[in-house]
Amino acid sequence: MIPSRTPRNPTLLPQAALAPPALRSRQATGLAVAAAQGRFMLQVCDDCGHTCYPPREACNSCLGANLHWRDVPPGGTVSAQTTVRISMDPYFRPRTPWRIGTVRLDCGPDAVVHLHPTLAPGDRTRLALKLDKAGQGVIFALPPSDTPDMQTAPALRETTCDPRGRRVLVTDGRTPFGQELARSLIAAGANVFLGLAAPWHPFPGQEALPGTPVTLDLTDSRSTEICAAAIAGRVDIIVNTAGDFRPGHAGLDDARLAMETTYLAAARLTKYFLPALQARGGDGPYAACAWVNVLSIAGLVPDPAYPSASAAHAAALAQIQALRPSLRPLKLITAFVGPLDDQWHQALPPPKVSPAQLASAVITALRNGQEDIAVGDLARHTLALWHDNAAITLRR
Amino acid sequence: MRQGYEGIVVTAPVTVPYERYSIHGAHWWIGRALHGLLRAAGLKPADLDGACLSSFTLGADTAVGLTQHFGLSPRWLDHIPMGGAAGVVALRRAARAVQAGDASIVACVAGDTNAPDSFRHTVAGFSRFAIDASVPYGSGGPNAAFALLTDAYMRTYGATREDFGRICVAQRANACQFPPALLRQPLSLEQYLSARMVSDPIALFDCVMPCAGAEAVLVMHETTARDLGLAYAHLRGAIERHNAYPDDPVQLRGGWAMDCAELYAQAATTPAGIGLLQTYDDYPVIVALQLEGLGFCAAGEAKDFIRAHDLRLEGDFPHNSSGGQLSAGQAGAAGGYIGLTDAVRQLIRAPLGPQIPGLQRALVSGFGMINYDRGLCSGAVILEAA
Repeated sequence: MIPSRTPRNPTLLPQAALAPPALRSRQATGLAVAAAQGRFMLQVCDDCGHTCYPPREACNSCLGANLHWRDVPPGGTVSAQTTVRISMDPYFRPRTPWRIGTVRLDCGPDAVVHLHPTLAPGDRTRLALKLDKAGQGVIFALPPSDTPDMQTAPALRETTCDPRGRRVLVTDGRTPFGQELARSLIAAGANVFLGLAAPWHPFPGQEALPGTPVTLDLTDSRSTEICAAAIAGRVDIIVNTAGDFRPGHAGLDDARLAMETTYLAAARLTKYFLPALQARGGDGPYAACAWVNVLSIAGLVPDPAYPSASAAHAAALAQIQALRPSLRPLKLITAFVGPLDDQWHQALPPPKVSPAQLASAVITALRNGQEDIAVGDLARHTLALWHDNAAITLRR
Repeated sequence: MRQGYEGIVVTAPVTVPYERYSIHGAHWWIGRALHGLLRAAGLKPADLDGACLSSFTLGADTAVGLTQHFGLSPRWLDHIPMGGAAGVVALRRAARAVQAGDASIVACVAGDTNAPDSFRHTVAGFSRFAIDASVPYGSGGPNAAFALLTDAYMRTYGATREDFGRICVAQRANACQFPPALLRQPLSLEQYLSARMVSDPIALFDCVMPCAGAEAVLVMHETTARDLGLAYAHLRGAIERHNAYPDDPVQLRGGWAMDCAELYAQAATTPAGIGLLQTYDDYPVIVALQLEGLGFCAAGEAKDFIRAHDLRLEGDFPHNSSGGQLSAGQAGAAGGYIGLTDAVRQLIRAPLGPQIPGLQRALVSGFGMINYDRGLCSGAVILEAA
């Protein structure tokens, strides 16, 4: 069980926001790519079908170089276990005892894994790739099927961002998307601050707002700074739903507005909020843990009908990618969306993303600790095309 | 059948006394060992026309850099990054070089330094597979890696902590009679069993203590040794094997079993003809794998063998005469030589502690390099008194 959240002693330093060893080979970074998407992928040899692990440059069965990351069966059997009680690493030291094991994977290789407390040698297990606090992909051996308390294992909680018991800032409560996210997060056990720009201007849903409203206009540095001074030290997760999703040609005013509400809004969060979250990034089971940005898939594959929004979301995406290493141990989650079911996308046919769909996807990503998700059929499809061949996808 | 090792001898065993932490670099320790070789053999640096080096803490240097550092001009040079198998493999290759006429006197040396926190750096960057796939899992270092092997071995074969404890306790008794050993307080089985857990089922006294030190021997032809007036031991057989049995889910056997029949055939002997066994003892479970792999008992029966024999110097099955790394300390790559140098001392009747009476043959075994989940290198040599 996770200990319940208790007020922390303000005279004590928070537990240092350290990360486990982050050094990896280029090939091993493929584990992080799979983990970010919540997939279990290993290198498979196209020449002989052999599955290879640890990641390498040539097949250890036929020496072929045609190794590609493929989804592989996640089953296995535990061969050995130990409990590390003394670790040499400053991140692991205060987190011992830490269970690890060896697993024979059904697809062939043997892997050293983070071993769930309920597992012992001889047990069947389901392997999952998770992003650790260094942002690297690591293998977890989990019970064969989900159990109610599975996520409470300390090592697993370290790699995930379950909103239960955490305080979440949803940045834009003026839209049905922000409001639904807030409602769902509360239902998932979180306390929510709901950001409202210009709250004196009427907007739909204002009569029944979920969570604690705070004044926050991400297009205004002063407003962001004031809000951060009041609450940043208490926020564990930020879900940024602000952003420009409007169609239109790249007129300069459009472009400027899109950048303000998307790219610069994220930059303001980075400047005023993120340092406080990062400082508490190692602080026990309720550590600050994630920054979620809802971005248009047009930021990855530009949409001719939304040139300004495409550029602004691309800028925000690039910023997030660039900040990722310096903001560890926080997770930077990108939720790519296709057209939202809102006033700006009236002309488009379905499928469009509903508020409930977005909220459910974001909460699932937080619970699984995934950094890269696509919400809705259109974003998923576009992302699949991009993964298949980015160059062709960008040309079409 | 491959060629034997006729005419090759090992001489001038040198141990530079270990220190827990050293203010000197690895180069200093290796320099002391080389100097010790020259003094023991009455040679000048120019006489060393072959050299073979092992070390983990040389920074940017390899064996090549050390030739200039020490003013050597060898015509045969090898660098053996094989940790616990370094001594056995170095001896085997040096013997081939001498047999082939590539060198006449080969200095085989291993040395490492140790400073607070330096072991952590060695472990954190040990190998690509370790960096990618074992270090990020708790960073328990070799303790955790061997704990997994020990856990699987105990489950599979029913060995107990008492069995492993007997190995450690007997070695401590040997160390008490070996002046250079760092750990020389007597150890009881009760103390072993009640020690704190480090990585279950590995407890404190299963772990070696990293330290600084160096070990070295000279390899040459028997006639050269005679001309120099050096006491020597014959090399009768030598094997090495790497990445044996890669499909085993957990390492319950090393590579010795693949080659040990040939080893005993080369030496025209059997396990019963071995009067001193020097195993690589980091950790006790690896001692069990060597007893089994080298034919002293069947797979899984090391526990019975250990219970049936007295492993002390004065016992019926002398094992790890210097106390091994478990008691003498683990001086990095020199840990791959510690059994070799002391076996040679015993065979030339120049021990630093008590002499094993009537010793004729010693088997020195090496094991090294937990590249990921298992030790990849294994090897062994049989030495015979002149």
